[in-house]
Amino acid sequence: MTDAIFGRLGLSSLALWRAFENPDLSELIAAGAAMAVIVGGLVTVVLLTWFRLWGPLWRNWLTSVDHKRIGIMYCALALIMLARGVIEGALMRTQQAFGLHGGFLSPDHFSELFSTHGTIMIFFVAMPFIAGVINYVMPLQIGARDMAFPVMNQISLGLTATGAALVMISLVLGKFSTGGWANYPPYTGADFQPGPGPDYWIWSIVLAGIGTTLSGINFAVTIYKERAPGMHFLRMPIFCWTVICTSIIMIFALPPLTVAALMLAADRYLEFHFFTNDLGGNMMNYVNLFWLFGHPEVYLLVIPAYGMFSEVISTFSGKRIYGYMSMVYATMSIAVLSFCVWLHHFFTMGQSANINAAFGIASMAIAVPTGIKVYNWMATIFRGRVRMTVPMIYATGFFYLFVIGGLTGVMLANPVISYQVHNTLFLVAHFHNVIIPGVLFGLLAGYHYWFPKAFGFRLHEGWGRAAALLWIVGFSFTFLPLYWLGLQGMPRRSASFSDPSFQPMLWLALFGAALIVSALTCLAIQLWVSIRNRAQLAAPLGDPWNGRALEWSIPSPPPAYNFAMVPQVMARDDFAEAKADGRAYAEPEAYEDIEMPNNTAIGMIVCVFGTLLGLALVFWIWWLAVLSLAVMLLALIGRTFRLNVTHVIPAAQIAAEHRAWLAKVKAAPAVDRLEETHARNLGRAVLERPIGSEAAQ
Amino acid sequence: MSTSNIHPGLNLGARHGEAHVGAETIVFGFWIFLMSDLVIFGLVFASYLTVANPMGMAGGPGPAEAFDLRSIFAQTMILLTSSLTFGFSTLAMRHERGRAAIAGWLGVTLLLGLGFLTLELRDFAHMIDVGAVPQRSGFWSAFWGLVPLHGFHVAVGCLWIMVMLVQMALMGLVPVVKTRLLRLGLFWHFLDLIWVAIFSIVYLGGLMP
Repeated sequence: MTDAIFGRLGLSSLALWRAFENPDLSELIAAGAAMAVIVGGLVTVVLLTWFRLWGPLWRNWLTSVDHKRIGIMYCALALIMLARGVIEGALMRTQQAFGLHGGFLSPDHFSELFSTHGTIMIFFVAMPFIAGVINYVMPLQIGARDMAFPVMNQISLGLTATGAALVMISLVLGKFSTGGWANYPPYTGADFQPGPGPDYWIWSIVLAGIGTTLSGINFAVTIYKERAPGMHFLRMPIFCWTVICTSIIMIFALPPLTVAALMLAADRYLEFHFFTNDLGGNMMNYVNLFWLFGHPEVYLLVIPAYGMFSEVISTFSGKRIYGYMSMVYATMSIAVLSFCVWLHHFFTMGQSANINAAFGIASMAIAVPTGIKVYNWMATIFRGRVRMTVPMIYATGFFYLFVIGGLTGVMLANPVISYQVHNTLFLVAHFHNVIIPGVLFGLLAGYHYWFPKAFGFRLHEGWGRAAALLWIVGFSFTFLPLYWLGLQGMPRRSASFSDPSFQPMLWLALFGAALIVSALTCLAIQLWVSIRNRAQLAAPLGDPWNGRALEWSIPSPPPAYNFAMVPQVMARDDFAEAKADGRAYAEPEAYEDIEMPNNTAIGMIVCVFGTLLGLALVFWIWWLAVLSLAVMLLALIGRTFRLNVTHVIPAAQIAAEHRAWLAKVKAAPAVDRLEETHARNLGRAVLERPIGSEAAQ
Repeated sequence: MSTSNIHPGLNLGARHGEAHVGAETIVFGFWIFLMSDLVIFGLVFASYLTVANPMGMAGGPGPAEAFDLRSIFAQTMILLTSSLTFGFSTLAMRHERGRAAIAGWLGVTLLLGLGFLTLELRDFAHMIDVGAVPQRSGFWSAFWGLVPLHGFHVAVGCLWIMVMLVQMALMGLVPVVKTRLLRLGLFWHFLDLIWVAIFSIVYLGGLMP
């Protein structure tokens, strides 16, 4: 009877109960993590109630379809998950540092840690952070009022949050998979892991993956159809080009993941034989499907980060980007090549040498367009008016470290070398070496760069610099030693080892992990300090960095409708040209009414019932699964019966707001670049002729 | 091709005003969704082909024991006809022949869709009888992952037609209803296309000596 109600959810599903029954250090750490989730959740609820914030949270955020607010929520989700991911990483470094003949974590707990760490960092840190920045910035850069499909955008966020929630809940109820972030069967099949672990992975990935596919469609359609008049494709900022490439990857590369995960679910729930060892199953199909997604995925992550670096480097060098066309071609080439190299993730799994050679060469070829980009960035800096602000520190770290990561990638693309170092820490060092300096540094640079646009005040410079340096140094200490260990033959994913010569490098890596934890702490302190000192850091006029693209031509934070008038784009880097020509900050002859989409609760309904659906499927609570699916379906169909889904902002209100802002801009002191980080910088830049602008030549 | 087309596929034409203009973005978006869905089908087809061999069948029943080509032919004819009747419905909308004509052809399409599903379910029951179940072998897993996936899409299409019939009755031919019918049309024709591949690859290919 209880089975019908609770499925396979029992007292022993609780991490706290397991620690109570078997109180060793490993279980206590798991229980501590469960407590952290529970207490964190409770504290949030209490604080929201205490400060009476439920109403504003619901009205202004959770039901909002404004791409800017959705973008901010994505980034907040990513930062929360980043904290968990970093703590897990540090815990694994600690375990390995003390792992000679043992360590303090049980092998299963260690496996759970690297599985959740990978899943979280890719799907619930990097992806939502990327989606958040794209959501916020891209419509502003192309002069759009919102995404093409604002409600679908909210549903995408809801589904991503669902996936993240399931991974968080797995700390409290049941256990996560021990099969790594790639979750290979047959090890993750029902024969070897009958518990709820792989099911948590499957449903968090499937639900979040559907959200990401929808995001990709939204981004692509927005860029294809919602550009302002005059914003030709070849006038778009490089960041928007990277968004096109990323959305193409989202549209084409997420389906293989969904297919692979659902087939695995069929194997586990319905005894299908897609990937089993017996009765004609073929686990290589899973590996191919997964990496058919997995390799484009890493470019999905890094390409927008390239775009963010392009914006940052161009702005803080006071020059337009060098080699615009070659950047566009290089980005597109990388996106296309990313679909042609998936097999290099399993050179050792039995293909013929010729196939390995073909994929090896294709993988090495990616270094060419990537190299072009690096040279273009360096050429952009050359003779520029360079300011070493926080984003530029990240960019510098990126140059040095990412090139190392790229070169070890070319090494690994050689099947002969891959045979030697596959499944060792060399590989772990390599992919962290591209993802942290590439993706994460890019995102953090973008975070510092666009934060004043989103909130109207800059982030504190000192704490930001400390965090950036700690990230760079901490990364180097943590991951460069792993190359050495990998070459010495230390396997990845080992909870313990027996060769004492590994120990010194593991201690060095632990020291690096401590620096990374401090870097994250600095970021948290910086946010706190910046919010407290927001009056001194205010830059409400909108252009604190002498920016070049359209997002800097409007107030910070921008109004819900973004642009009082849809901009007429005349040039590449239009706002920089407008400032040089004196057509910036002009008052239009007439204002028009603007129609904007209404708030809706549909995204939250999908999020809440999606999470319930995931939990129900993980714990075999069938009635709840049917119920939550039915609620979601009815809500989605029900919504299509509503006709009045927009409201109109009257022209008079827009005119008043826009004129008030223009008056403030005219009255404010324009600051030059030496005062960029000074309290005087209210967001109006001295009009200076950008070096290398079309007009200057 | 006329220059007034603002999105791929059948355009309503300028005299439909807001419905025509609004279709540019929303129908384009739906095409992209269909591309993504096509990738899903492509991968499921590829998985099927990797196990459509004696090793994948693992000593279990093969296509010859389980497929009934006469029923499959009937299903093919029904589904192809339903695409034609859906086309008539879209043309009736484009040429403003009134709600009754549009709804009538939609109703015929719905009946054909339900007829297709009935025959397909009967086939599935027969397969279960002869032991061609997904638990038997990798081959049948791949079959049951592919063909019912198409059937599921047809069922979604039928549900969508029913919702649209209700919306046409309640809301009339407002622009959003028209663009929904355009998208539903793309979806329905897309399913036909997938079926042609299933018919050729799975059924004809499976029964080829």
